[in-house]
Parts: sequence; C-alpha cells; structure tokens
Amino acid sequence: MFYDITASPEGRSVDRGWVQRVARVLDIPFCVAGGIRTVADAEAVLNAGAEKISINSPALADPDLIDALSRRFGAQCVVVGIDSQRTPEGYRAYQFTGDPTRSRHSGRDVLEWVREAQARGAGEIVLNCMGSDGVRNGYDIEQLCAVRAVCHVPLVASGGAGASEHFAAVFTAARVDAALAASVFHTGAIAIPGLKRALRSAGIEVRL
Amino acid sequence: MTDALIIDSGGANLASLQYAFARLGAATRVSAEPDVIAAARRVILPGVGSAADAMRRLRAAGLIGVLTGLTQPLLGICLGMQLLFEHSAEGDVECLGILPQRVYRLQPSPARPVPHMGWNYLQTAKVDPLLEGLGALPYFYFVHGYAAPVGPFTLAPVEYGEPFSAVVRRANFWGVQFHPERSAAAGARVLANFLSL
Repeated sequence: MFYDITASPEGRSVDRGWVQRVARVLDIPFCVAGGIRTVADAEAVLNAGAEKISINSPALADPDLIDALSRRFGAQCVVVGIDSQRTPEGYRAYQFTGDPTRSRHSGRDVLEWVREAQARGAGEIVLNCMGSDGVRNGYDIEQLCAVRAVCHVPLVASGGAGASEHFAAVFTAARVDAALAASVFHTGAIAIPGLKRALRSAGIEVRL
Repeated sequence: MTDALIIDSGGANLASLQYAFARLGAATRVSAEPDVIAAARRVILPGVGSAADAMRRLRAAGLIGVLTGLTQPLLGICLGMQLLFEHSAEGDVECLGILPQRVYRLQPSPARPVPHMGWNYLQTAKVDPLLEGLGALPYFYFVHGYAAPVGPFTLAPVEYGEPFSAVVRRANFWGVQFHPERSAAAGARVLANFLSL
C-alpha cells in the first residue's frame, strides 16, 4: 500500500514513475493512493503497475468517482480509504489529512459513508482511525467493530499498531480482513516474519 | 523470440504481468492482432474489468475464433480464466465455451466478504506441469467477485467458504483464478512453469 498523502492537499496526483519503479520489483499485491481524481488518473496508475487504487479525499469531494471507477475497472480494483475521527456526534470522515493545515471535517458520518461507498461499488474499505494513528496503543477496536457491522466488503484496519498483540486483537475482536501498519515496520520495531508467526500461533490464518 | 504473447483485452493493468515475466527473464509482447496471437509460442489471456466488457472487446477485435482454435499453451488469468467457461453471470454473457460450466457470483456472508481478496492456499492439486515444484499448501493471491465451480477440468480447487476452481486445464488451455504476478515465489513458479510448456 503506497500512500502519497500530500498529493490531494497539494492538488496533484501520485508520481507514476515511482509506481512503475516499485511495480517492477514487487511481486505481492500493490495498491496505490494519492490524488486519483478521475478514471484517467486511475488508468495511468494501473498502467504503471499498481493493481488496486485507493481513493479518499477525491471520493468525498466527488462520490460518483467510486461508481465510475468500479464500472470501468471492477469493484475489486477500487479501495475507499476513510480517515475517521471520533466526535461527540459520532465517527466523522476527514479530508486532506496529509496536511495538518488543510485537514478538515467532510461533514460525513463514517458509518453512512461506508454504506454509501459500498453501494457505489467500492470493493474494499481501509479505515484509518485518526485518534489511534501514530499512538501505537492498539487499533480502535470499538470503532472497527461498528464499521465491520455495516461493511460487507473486505475491511482493513489502520491506525494504532504498536505491538504484535494489537494485530491479533484486531483480527479476533473486530474480524477485519487485514491490518495495516507503517511506522512499526519502517523502524523495525516489529519484524514482519515474527509477527506472522505470532499471528499463526494465535490461530489466525496468515501466509508465512 | 517472444516467450509469451499477452492479449491486449483493452483493460488496464497489463504492466504488473509484463514486469513479472521480465523478472523471470522472459520476453513478452502485447497485442490484439489475430495473426500475431495465432502465431505466438504461448498466449496469456489476462483480464481486469467485467466479463461482459471483456467478451465485447474480444469479439470486436475478431479474436473469438482465434482463441478457441489455438493449439499452443494458453494461460487465462483471473477474469481471463473465467472467460474460458461457457457463460458468466457477470453481465450474463456467453463466454468462449472452451470449458463447460458457468461462472457464478460469490455470495457474501458475515465471515466471507465479497469481493474475495486475499491469500489462500491450495490444499490439493492434480499432477500437472503448470503446478510443478510448488511444495505443500502453496499460497496464492486472489481478487475476484465471481468464481468457476469445481468440475471435471479442475486441477486444483480452493476454499473460500465454499470450494471453487483455482486452477483449470483442458488440453492446451490452462486457467488460474489467482494472480500469479502478485503471488510472490509460488506465483513466479507457476509463470516459470508456463514458460516451459
């Protein structure tokens, strides 16, 4: 999963040359996100070697984009990413979160948005719980459970991974299909082979 | 000499397949020309998009008779495998009819979201040159919302709530439901095996 998180706030699209260089050496699934605002943007990223594209801020700005991408490339190709914040009124979707100065409330309720995105043809949802993102205290299981209850396509948990137990907990308690993490892998705080073995011994099916 | 010809079925996403062959040192060419396809050493039928769209594009390119008449090895990947069957529920469309049976829509359940996206292993497989050297329980990456039933031409089933065909073969026509180009070492082995057919 490659996120060019500043692409949307900066009004540009993810660098295709970069996608191509990664795709040449990568032999596992490759999903790319960042400022994909049109079917043509998506086609360029797919032609560069990605096999799924993820849209977040552009989908909030133009929900019809989900329908158009799903019709053209199939639901399996279209991931909708959601940056969700707990508020007193419920979970709310945020836009342009790649730039703290531009990050803003989209006005949408997350559970409603998850329902709508699926109805429009999203084939996968990545839920980034902003309150737990970067804190490494574990995934927001309560929120993920609420989204799981309305999400019938694959659901990927994001935000909060700090220890192997956090992964096991989110798979078991929130029944997500995948758990995403970045910083703990980048810093080497969690080694992927060890994590996979720990998950398998916890009874979670994983490819070693 | 081109090792494998990839049919340009009009969808995007041929790049990851081309890169996978390049990693194996194989030369590929992309074409939708009937003469070029008929003369190829080996043929890949990829597929992204819907069955109805893909069949329309193959028909418009004049490729239906060319494909069903091929005698060299052909490998259908994902939707490309499903197109080998007689019919698909995706757009209610007649397909190439090389394999009997009909492709159906996977039904979601609480424990089984659809599309099916993820790594699943093959529990059993018939002996076949395409599947040589994979070891026990090889994992492959699947991304699909439709599936082909297990039938007489199934080489390996896979289980996702219910069993369906992961690998099929009839004579010189092979098909895989998973994406070998995204299935790490096991996928590379399948592509390498195909190149030695």
